[in-house]
Amino acid sequence: MRKRIVRTAGLVACSGLSGSVLANGWNMPVGVTDVSREIHSLHMIIFWICVVIGIVVFGAMFYSLFRYRRSRGAKAANFHEHTTVEVIWTLIPILILVAMAIPATATLKTMYDASEADLDVMITGQQWRWRYSYLGEEVAFTSNMATSRSQVSGESAKGENYLLEVDEPLVLPVDRKVRLLMTSDDVIHSWWVPDLAVKQDAVPGFVNENWVRINEPGIYRGQCAELCGRDHAFMPVVVEAVEPERFDAWLAERKEAAAQEALGVDREWELDELMERGEQVYSSICASCHQPDGSGSPPAFPALAGNQAILDDPDYHIDTVVNGVSGTAMPAFRSTLNPVELAAVITYERNAWGNETGDAIQPADIAELLDDE
Amino acid sequence: MASHLPPRPTAQQNQADAGGMAVDEHHHYGPRGLKRWLLTTNHKEIGTLYLIFSLTMFFIGGIFAMVVRAELFQPGLQLVEPEFFNQMTTMHGLIMVFGAVMPAFVGLANWMVPLQIGAPDMALPRLNNFSFWLLPVAFALLLSTLVMPGGAPNFGWTFYAPLSTTYAPPSTTFFIFSLHLAGISSILGAINIIATILNLRAPGMRMMDMPLFVWTWLITAFLLIAVMPVLAGVITMMLLDINFGTSFFNAAGGGDPVLFQHLFWFFGHPEVYIMILPAFGIVSVIIPTFARKRLFGYASMVYATASIAILSFLVWAHHMFVVGLPLVAELFFMYSTMLIAVPTGVKVFNWITTLFRGSLTFEPPMLFALAFVVLFTIGGFSGLMLAISPADFQYHDTYFVVAHFHYVLVPGAVFAIMAAVYYWLPKWTGHYPHTRLSQWHFWLSVIGVNLTFFPMHFAGLAGMPRRIPDYALQFADFNMVTSIGAFIFGASQLLFVVVVVLCVRGGEKAPAKAWDGAEDLEWTVPSPAPLHTFETPPHFEPHRH
Amino acid sequence: MTEQRTDDTRKGVRRTVARTLVALAGMFVFAFALVPLYDVFCQVTGLNGKTSNQAEALVHEDADEGRMVTMQFITRGSPGLPWALEAHTRQVRVHPGQSSEVEFTFENLGDEISVARAVPSVTPSEASLHLRKLACFCFQNQRLAPGERFEAPLVFQLTRDLPDDIQTVTLVYTLYRQDAAPSPGSGKQVQGGDA
Repeated sequence: MRKRIVRTAGLVACSGLSGSVLANGWNMPVGVTDVSREIHSLHMIIFWICVVIGIVVFGAMFYSLFRYRRSRGAKAANFHEHTTVEVIWTLIPILILVAMAIPATATLKTMYDASEADLDVMITGQQWRWRYSYLGEEVAFTSNMATSRSQVSGESAKGENYLLEVDEPLVLPVDRKVRLLMTSDDVIHSWWVPDLAVKQDAVPGFVNENWVRINEPGIYRGQCAELCGRDHAFMPVVVEAVEPERFDAWLAERKEAAAQEALGVDREWELDELMERGEQVYSSICASCHQPDGSGSPPAFPALAGNQAILDDPDYHIDTVVNGVSGTAMPAFRSTLNPVELAAVITYERNAWGNETGDAIQPADIAELLDDE
Repeated sequence: MASHLPPRPTAQQNQADAGGMAVDEHHHYGPRGLKRWLLTTNHKEIGTLYLIFSLTMFFIGGIFAMVVRAELFQPGLQLVEPEFFNQMTTMHGLIMVFGAVMPAFVGLANWMVPLQIGAPDMALPRLNNFSFWLLPVAFALLLSTLVMPGGAPNFGWTFYAPLSTTYAPPSTTFFIFSLHLAGISSILGAINIIATILNLRAPGMRMMDMPLFVWTWLITAFLLIAVMPVLAGVITMMLLDINFGTSFFNAAGGGDPVLFQHLFWFFGHPEVYIMILPAFGIVSVIIPTFARKRLFGYASMVYATASIAILSFLVWAHHMFVVGLPLVAELFFMYSTMLIAVPTGVKVFNWITTLFRGSLTFEPPMLFALAFVVLFTIGGFSGLMLAISPADFQYHDTYFVVAHFHYVLVPGAVFAIMAAVYYWLPKWTGHYPHTRLSQWHFWLSVIGVNLTFFPMHFAGLAGMPRRIPDYALQFADFNMVTSIGAFIFGASQLLFVVVVVLCVRGGEKAPAKAWDGAEDLEWTVPSPAPLHTFETPPHFEPHRH
Repeated sequence: MTEQRTDDTRKGVRRTVARTLVALAGMFVFAFALVPLYDVFCQVTGLNGKTSNQAEALVHEDADEGRMVTMQFITRGSPGLPWALEAHTRQVRVHPGQSSEVEFTFENLGDEISVARAVPSVTPSEASLHLRKLACFCFQNQRLAPGERFEAPLVFQLTRDLPDDIQTVTLVYTLYRQDAAPSPGSGKQVQGGDA
């Protein structure tokens, strides 16, 4: 990291001071990347500049308010122009702004650094979850909020990381440059982790990029920052930063698990097994819209319990889940879920909440559908 | 203009001084009752209609804000569902911006611009009537979406595509239609104001003699003419995308959702200044009155207002720093945005220098104007912080932004409107507002506003995104304080209604020149101002000191 | 004198109104003109990673042998379209100036004919200025029968003036259905059942 003269000594002292004056939880986090530190120090510099200007301006104002009260016998003077003064107080702010713009420009350039990354991760926003794929590694998964609806409604006690916990965090290695590509399947989302100082909009049909090099292992939490519909508050981001060796091991493990799951496609599954697996998938993926009891919230999200259109026609049901419905909030799960998960969740929907079709949709059939020749 | 009005005796108008309580006996011809208000072409009556409408919308939008704050009082979902919450935040924003703040300024302009420039009425009185009556229609339509299937607009007042197009509730078409009506109303109002100011000034009043309220409104009206058609264009494109299969903002058909944001903010940033420039004018009129000293740097005030207006067209993408702009665009919009601090700073310095060596008293209008200077400046500071593009990656779409724009809009625009109402109430009603109650209203408002919006800075910096119905536990304390502040602020506005109603019905009688430091032409006509004033143009003498 | 003034005033008002109306009309047209202007602006500045939607000519220049850039390809589907789109190569390393070809396969996995288009987006957006597509399936709609497969090449060139600091360019194709688009005006209203 290049040292910049502008941002040394006194200015660093500012951010040091801030640590004690504004305890954590009140102020922007310093974060765990070089960029986040730079941003934090910019934030503190501009903050203190504002404080100083504020003291001068409000000081002059309140001095006048107390000193020149008519009740104290003040007589109004009769001046109303002074070109020199006016020029001075136009120029001084310009100088302050220029001084501020210099470090801000430098930081911005760092943030737009496009050098080669060690790892590329594609982040896809979906109403209302994130999907992460490690490019070139064949590892991809969705990350859903793990906080239970009963905590939200107040039926059970709220946990420590209420609304900021997920079923599967994004695992990243520390000390490596990770390039983050963002896009969206539906509306605009914004992927934000304050400790990483990364906030980038995920725009449907377009791809954005940002990057991060994390300095310390740890768990960093954030949220979707752009209003994306009903469950905007319920699509947290959790990043777990680990040592590179642990990361490599984790990645290998994920690949192995995916391979294992792929093997499961070929065997015959029992209804009970599918129901059990399906319930997990349903509660993490489907329940946020269609409700845990399958009652939905029509008209946007149709009920599944007692829904004759899907119960009478398994193919229609499968098609809807696999391919989604264009122009609606129903995404295509063909690439999000594997054949086992698809079969399980469809089976679950066909047999839960009083839906008693007795159908056990087999993963092998779904797999065949997916690679239809 | 206004030639359909019968000629009026003119003698009393110019020299009506203290005690000139000329009750106008002649305005009772023509329609009466409801029809009179429906058909009125009198700028004072239309001004009153605008102000009453705006106050009504202020309370409706306020109720929506109370729903939002009640839900956010503590973590968890207690009162409303997230869908309804989103409708509340959206409707709160739309109603406050287009229904409360803008019509309030237009109402003040209707009342005061002709009086301040010595004109008998607005240049186009019938158009004036039409542009007002569009508003109740527009907002009745907008509010009716709350009971439509699928609910009201729920995509935020900035209605970003595709959430507001492909994924929007069916009521969106009605929302677009009502916004069109409100936009037409603003445009017609702006045309009228420009025509009035440019053509109907009293003989001898040059442009650089006009009171600053008139100046800032003239510039605001030009901004309206420039950007309201762009808003109309954007929502027309939305309408086409939704109902006619075009793809302006839909990537699937070769469109671009980011284009929506560029177009919206090309309108939206000047719109922000439309809501603050008349406030600058009001404060620039009130402070000299109660400092009993001419405004410092009149000319630089005018130039600063004009430069803010021009700069407002060059900064729109600072609302979009995280949308994926190239580096050069980030830099350009960061620099241009920082530049706005310069003319804004000039204004604040001028106000303070006007106070310096004045002879100050603190009547209710002055209290609100002073609170405006302090609290608007705080909003300006957070604006300067937001301009720093790298830092904006952390601030963007958090409660820090919510704190910022509420500081410039509530203790900014709304306080200025209240200052104006307190300032001109004696002229409108012939009575002074109740001093004690006004002071209570002021202090409760100041406490409420700061309790509401100051903690939002902390919540935002600590990581709370905006527009969420539920939040993580570390934001709980800030939100509770904010909600309590909001309830105080909301309730204290009832006091404002009480003050206004009492003032209309009676109170200490006000002379023509109700404030001893007041200098503009409106103070030469009796209080309350008769229905018809300045039918013979007054003689205007520049710099009456 | 008052008469005179009234007359002058009336003329003045008429003139002011006429001028503001012209300005209004101009701004309304300008708002729509911003749409094509935006596209031009995007292509000139590379804003938003848009690429040209028609074939461009090869710029004849020697490959910059001293420099390697990674060109990544990502393909994505979208709801309501049972298609698969795959790049035969996930990424290629190219020298700026050289032209390369990559094969893509479209496949309709559904049981009816459908029409779709692959909509491209490039990041970093500055790179889109320097990415020239000599041939691309993304310039037109594809129409596939059930089960039909279709191979199509992308021929592209990254010109030598690609800024030095850009070392990876990502090209994302998102498949969007172009036929039988359900009226978006109906929003999320889905009749009957679906999951």
